Amino acid sequence: MIISKKVIRNKNLKEKVAFNIFRVFSAIVVLSLVAILSFIIYNGISVINWNFLTQMPEDGMTKGGIYPAIIGTLCLVAGSMIFAIPIGVFSGIYINEYTKDSWYKRFIKLMTNNLAGIPSIVFGLFGMSLFVNTLGFGDSIIAGSLTLGLMVLPVVIRTTEEALKAVDNSFRHGSLALGATKLQTVRKVVLPMAFPNIITGIILSVGRVSGETAPILFTVAAYFLPKLPSSIFDQVMALPYHLYVISTSGTNVEASRPIAYGTAMVLIGFVLIVNLLANALRKYFGKKVKMN
Amino acid sequence: MIKFLKSTFEKLIEGTLFLSSTITTLAIVLIIIFLFKEGIGTFNQTPIEDGFSLVVNKNNPVNELTANEIKNIFDQNITNWKTVGGKNDSITLFNIDNIGEFYSDSAIGENFEFLPQCISDYTENNPGAIAFVTTRYTGKGFTGKILTTTKVNISQFISQKEWFPTAQPAAQLGVLPLILGTLWVSFGAILIALPLGLATSIYMAEITSPKIRNILKPLIELLAGIPSVVYGFFGLVIIVPGIQKLFDLPVGETALAGSIVLAIMALPTIITISEDALRTTPKAMKEASLALGANKWQTIYRVIIPYSGSGITAATILGIGRAIGETMAVLMVTGNAAVIPHSFLEPVRTIPATIAAELGEAPQGGLHYKALFALGCILFIITMAINLIVGYVSSKKKYNAR
Repeated sequence: MIISKKVIRNKNLKEKVAFNIFRVFSAIVVLSLVAILSFIIYNGISVINWNFLTQMPEDGMTKGGIYPAIIGTLCLVAGSMIFAIPIGVFSGIYINEYTKDSWYKRFIKLMTNNLAGIPSIVFGLFGMSLFVNTLGFGDSIIAGSLTLGLMVLPVVIRTTEEALKAVDNSFRHGSLALGATKLQTVRKVVLPMAFPNIITGIILSVGRVSGETAPILFTVAAYFLPKLPSSIFDQVMALPYHLYVISTSGTNVEASRPIAYGTAMVLIGFVLIVNLLANALRKYFGKKVKMN
Repeated sequence: MIKFLKSTFEKLIEGTLFLSSTITTLAIVLIIIFLFKEGIGTFNQTPIEDGFSLVVNKNNPVNELTANEIKNIFDQNITNWKTVGGKNDSITLFNIDNIGEFYSDSAIGENFEFLPQCISDYTENNPGAIAFVTTRYTGKGFTGKILTTTKVNISQFISQKEWFPTAQPAAQLGVLPLILGTLWVSFGAILIALPLGLATSIYMAEITSPKIRNILKPLIELLAGIPSVVYGFFGLVIIVPGIQKLFDLPVGETALAGSIVLAIMALPTIITISEDALRTTPKAMKEASLALGANKWQTIYRVIIPYSGSGITAATILGIGRAIGETMAVLMVTGNAAVIPHSFLEPVRTIPATIAAELGEAPQGGLHYKALFALGCILFIITMAINLIVGYVSSKKKYNAR
């Protein structure tokens, strides 16, 4: 059977139409995403200066800086990571190195996935009920950090697991064949090779923790608190909550717009830096591992 | 000896690792316990605030009223006791603040010490009376009848159409408008995000050059990392006023604004996951299709999309999950009116936004507080179901690929 030219023309026309629709849709997506980024950066960059980053808020949060919010967010990031990194990395190692493909591994994986899918506001409810009320921490850095840490735990576990999976089995076999124990193999051979990817994953989860609002609403975040925390049982301000407050319910929403743009810019800047850092580290370590 | 120590050490480390791996399971169990412990408490309480009672004439045959009936009585939508199963007698509302109209100051007493007698007297003389009073006035010397209120039950909780958790005399706890609001906003978001996201992922995976892909991919991953409150802020200053002007509305905080913001937020999730799925199509299959004379579009449409169908489905469901659970952005742009939505241009309120907006004001341990935890339970169940569906869809893929 000979395919007529008309059929071929027809199908090529269809291809053209379809591809152009895809191009247009992709352009819409990319442009709107770029528009958001550049809108925040354009409006925010002029607000940011040294004083903005290092001064207390003044005049009902319409003037001054966001220093306590930055410090608060850094405290929360540090606190949640102290909790999430060891537990996350340990359980990643256990799942990938110590369990065989058993029902237990599948069960743990299911639980990790489920934990990852729980909405952040539910973590907020849980944190309030357990850490703030039942354990009596009150609204405090420790309650907020534990809540946030629990929330990023699945991310850390998953990246550790993926990183370990990427290490070729021949390295493990080689090490074991030389008489090393399992622990020695994991510690001296597998972990160093997986380290760059693990650290990248951890840095990306830092970005996530710094931007979350819902889990800290009822566990730590203060509306306005122009002083720095002195212990882990203190309340703090936090950048994302600060942005929410001054853009919706501050004393004077219009007057604090510039501050809101600046805060949004700092948040985006933080995410940008974290992403760049992760990429840079990946490249740096990538070379090092190859050289050895 | 050293060997023994060494092996003990190894076992110890292994034990630590094992314990760490149980933390996620433990966390889920704890979340279930704490969420449901508070949430289920809702159904053990009456919708009347502690310390208050409803009193009627002692000969009134009605013993029990539901929250909805109480509200209708006090809104004067129900004016006869017959409607709620009593005698054919019209209902007289008695407001304790108006007691001065019926009794002199001396009869009430200087410090309201005779108030219980006045209330007893009033209910005795007005067979159709109903009054909402503080419980301490119904103690000694009180001759009326105290009504019991039906406890909040699950079917009412889900099907009632009004959410006024702090209403007097009886809290109205109907989550239907919140559930519908959540589904409405998420549905709108997926309607916008799915075609755009799929088109972009197909473009990135199959059409464009690797060079452009290497620019787009990190950009989209970066956007997945931007905090939701920043998206909400963008929606608040750009999308909300835009919608207000475009449709000439009194307020721009609408379901549509929420859907647009959520769509933008769900895009990176949908694009990344479905692009990964599209790229798992084996090269041999694509090449076979091309060798048979199909062009690129036919290959995409007949080979690649069907092959990666389960991955695309998983991406869609995860996108929906993200939209349903999103709190801050939605809270900032949807206007938060707890009414059943009829169009995309009305304010709505979602379950997460309700929790975030009201929990700070709800007294701990009260009915309102517990009801918000019950909302959390509903959210938890929905997202758990979504996760299980995604797990099922992805496991099916493995089976098909074999």
